Amino acid sequence: MFGRLGELALKHDWIEYAAGLSMVLGGMGVCAWVTYQKRWKWLWKEYITSVDHKKIGVMYIFVAVIMLVKGLIDALMMRTQQALSVGESFGYLGAEHFQQIFTAHGTTMIFFVGMGAVLGIINVILPLQIGARDMAFPVLNSISFWLFTAGGLYILISLIIGVFAGTGWSAYPPLAGLKYNPGVGVDYWIWSVQISGIGSLLSGINFLVTILKMRCPGMTFKKMPVFVWAVLATMMLVIAAFPILTADIAMLTTDRLLNTKIFTAGSGGNPMMFINLFWAWGHPEVYILILPIFGIFSEFVPVFSKKRLFGYTSMVWALFGITFVSFLVWLHHFFTMGAGANVNAFFGIMTMIVAIPTGVKVFNWLFTMYRGRIDFKTPMLWFMGFVVIFVTGGMTGVMMSIPAIDFQMHNSLFLVAHFHSVIIGGTLFGFFGGFSYWFPKIFGFTLDEKWGARAFWCWLIGFLLAFMPLYLLGFMGATRRLNHYEASNGWQPLFIVASLGAVVIITGVVSQCIQVYVSIKKRREYRDATGDPWDGRTLEWSTPSPPLFYNFAHIPEVSERDAFWEMKQRDTWPKKPYEDIHMPKNSSVGFVIGMLSCIGGFAFVWHIFWLAIVCICGIILSLIIRLGNKHPHRIVTAREVETIEEGKGVLK
Amino acid sequence: MMEPRGLIAMKERELIITAALLMMIVVVPVLALAMIFAGKYRKSNEKAKHEPKWEHNSIAECCWWGVPCVIVAILAVLAYKTSHSLNPYKPIKSDVKPIEIQVVALDWKWLFLYPGEEVASINFLQVPEKTPIEFELTSDAPMNSFWIPQLGGQIYAMPSMRTKLHLIANRVGEYKGRSAHISGKGFAGMHFVVRASTRQEFDSWIQKTKKSPLTLGMEEYNALIKPSEYHPVTTYVLTQPDLFEQIIMKYRVPTQSL
Repeated sequence: MFGRLGELALKHDWIEYAAGLSMVLGGMGVCAWVTYQKRWKWLWKEYITSVDHKKIGVMYIFVAVIMLVKGLIDALMMRTQQALSVGESFGYLGAEHFQQIFTAHGTTMIFFVGMGAVLGIINVILPLQIGARDMAFPVLNSISFWLFTAGGLYILISLIIGVFAGTGWSAYPPLAGLKYNPGVGVDYWIWSVQISGIGSLLSGINFLVTILKMRCPGMTFKKMPVFVWAVLATMMLVIAAFPILTADIAMLTTDRLLNTKIFTAGSGGNPMMFINLFWAWGHPEVYILILPIFGIFSEFVPVFSKKRLFGYTSMVWALFGITFVSFLVWLHHFFTMGAGANVNAFFGIMTMIVAIPTGVKVFNWLFTMYRGRIDFKTPMLWFMGFVVIFVTGGMTGVMMSIPAIDFQMHNSLFLVAHFHSVIIGGTLFGFFGGFSYWFPKIFGFTLDEKWGARAFWCWLIGFLLAFMPLYLLGFMGATRRLNHYEASNGWQPLFIVASLGAVVIITGVVSQCIQVYVSIKKRREYRDATGDPWDGRTLEWSTPSPPLFYNFAHIPEVSERDAFWEMKQRDTWPKKPYEDIHMPKNSSVGFVIGMLSCIGGFAFVWHIFWLAIVCICGIILSLIIRLGNKHPHRIVTAREVETIEEGKGVLK
Repeated sequence: MMEPRGLIAMKERELIITAALLMMIVVVPVLALAMIFAGKYRKSNEKAKHEPKWEHNSIAECCWWGVPCVIVAILAVLAYKTSHSLNPYKPIKSDVKPIEIQVVALDWKWLFLYPGEEVASINFLQVPEKTPIEFELTSDAPMNSFWIPQLGGQIYAMPSMRTKLHLIANRVGEYKGRSAHISGKGFAGMHFVVRASTRQEFDSWIQKTKKSPLTLGMEEYNALIKPSEYHPVTTYVLTQPDLFEQIIMKYRVPTQSL
């Protein structure tokens, strides 16, 4: 009846109980608060069933922030363990628990923080920037979001019921195979990544079509903002790369459920094939996380420098150069597999080629600042932090692309320091910059500058403290994922510094929470009444803050690159009659499919097959019902639009 | 790794330094420009020039497409050459006859077989100095990565497969080796000591080990593969010289259930 789900699933050590308990209490607290505020109906109507891209974007960011906090606590626990567990002492975490923590940390940060942050910003901003009223497929967008959230839930569920994988976030077989890991941990990882991955793939298709088909009149390709170009490149990568991941994990699933032995050593299978396919997705994935960030910088650096973006054409070519080469580099994740000198050299050289367009982009941003009037608001601080950390991270990346060097650095803490430099310094700093830049657009008031700067300095200093020692530790021969090491290695002082760094980073996150709190408190003072607080250049700033549900009363017409800037210069605001607007109706199908997938995956994890079949039928049924819906749209009449616009329902 | 004691490790360190210096040609100007521009063109500095429409300069752009291209071209040549010269599969040239050691990664310990000398050891490696070592590696457990930083780079040990690694110890000393790839619960304990000694000392170690009461054949091996953590150093007399081949063949026989 309940497959392998028994009482044992709830047995944990006290640290896991504490984590699970605090999570349950936190969840109950939120529910109680929503009930007390009588906001359930509002939540259901305005967010959960909403197909408005802006609200879906906000929900993505919300989930990403929750997961970020969870991932950071994981990180702090790991580093404290490593600071303590030396020689005679074995720290406070058992080996298996420690391994679950670093696996959960990696999975959380890549799939739910990185992807969530990036997709969140893209969702909110992209349709506004191309002058569209919504996505090409608004309901599909909601389905994507709920699949993404369903995937994230497993990481939280596994804290209470059962265990998570202990294989590292890349779950290589044979370790992740049936023979060495028959338990539920790897299955949780599989379903978590699989379900959110399908969500990402659907998003990719949705955004690609939106960019190709929904641009406002006059916005030819060469007049698109660079952010839109970046998203276009990203979504091409998503569409090409994610199916590889889906297939790869599907094969691992059949190995584990049906014993197909595709990735089993012996019996004709080959575990190394999994690794190849995994990175054939995995390397494009890191560009999926960074290209939109390059887009974000290309938006706000010109705005805060009061200058046009330098080298637009170069920027676009560089984006597509990276996109193309990103599929030719995956083998650099395992030079040490022994592929032979020529193969290694080819992939090494391809990898270092990526550095050229990336370097060009950095130069172009710097020369956007050159002869500008730079206003160092919080987003610009994040950009400066990005330049310093990302450039050093890029340099260490090129070092490792030389195969002979990689043999010494692979799997060491040097590698860990490298990819944290590019992911924290790149994706995360870029997200924070973009978040503070577009926050007033989303919520109608600006963020507190003082606390923003404090948060930035904590993050920067915390980052340097946490990761510079790791470069050194790598040189000293320390590998990643060690829950214990010998005292004679002399690594302990550096690990202690690294864990202090983690504490400083947490202080940064606390400052960010205070920043949001202070800004909400002072929201009247920080109100953005114009809709254009930074003297922006692109179309999203031509709408009021926050934008109305239909984004634009009149679909804008564009004739220049920095469309809104040019309109402001010419001061041309054509008065046109209002017209009827078609908008999609709310739909609960996304939420229903997301939750059914979550339960279905859970059923697969625990081998409760009847429940899994029920869920699959439920998903198909809800799709059929949705497709049979004859009235998915509603019409906002010209008169209604007029009342909203003239009555200035705009600036509530 | 920064205190190399082997030829390969020394060359690898040299390469790291060369590559890092080459990249400084781009990295230093970027960081400097970032700081200078940020300082000079800040909003409060009214004296600085402001050209809001300046957005293109062909010469400048050619520079930052061109210079990195040149550097990457140099690095590419370097990468190609060293990928061949420091290829772990390439035997090290030397007048001394190389010693052959077979490495098996087990849950969670390293088994070293000396087929020529007919001895074996766990979590301990004795090698003669200034003698090329030919490692052959496999795994009878999840994948591991075999790494002795002071002697040179790492290579994966994978079940059903055979990889090779050539290293040499130029000086007498004790070096640390470990698994660099997560392989399960006892992973942290998968470290071992490499003792590089003079030829005489090595030979006497072999003689001593040959008198060991423990023997290692297929039968003893099958008992040994049961998972264990922080396995103490143990030495054996190797009674089955083709044990390594047998371990790989285990995975190649279609009928045998694993």
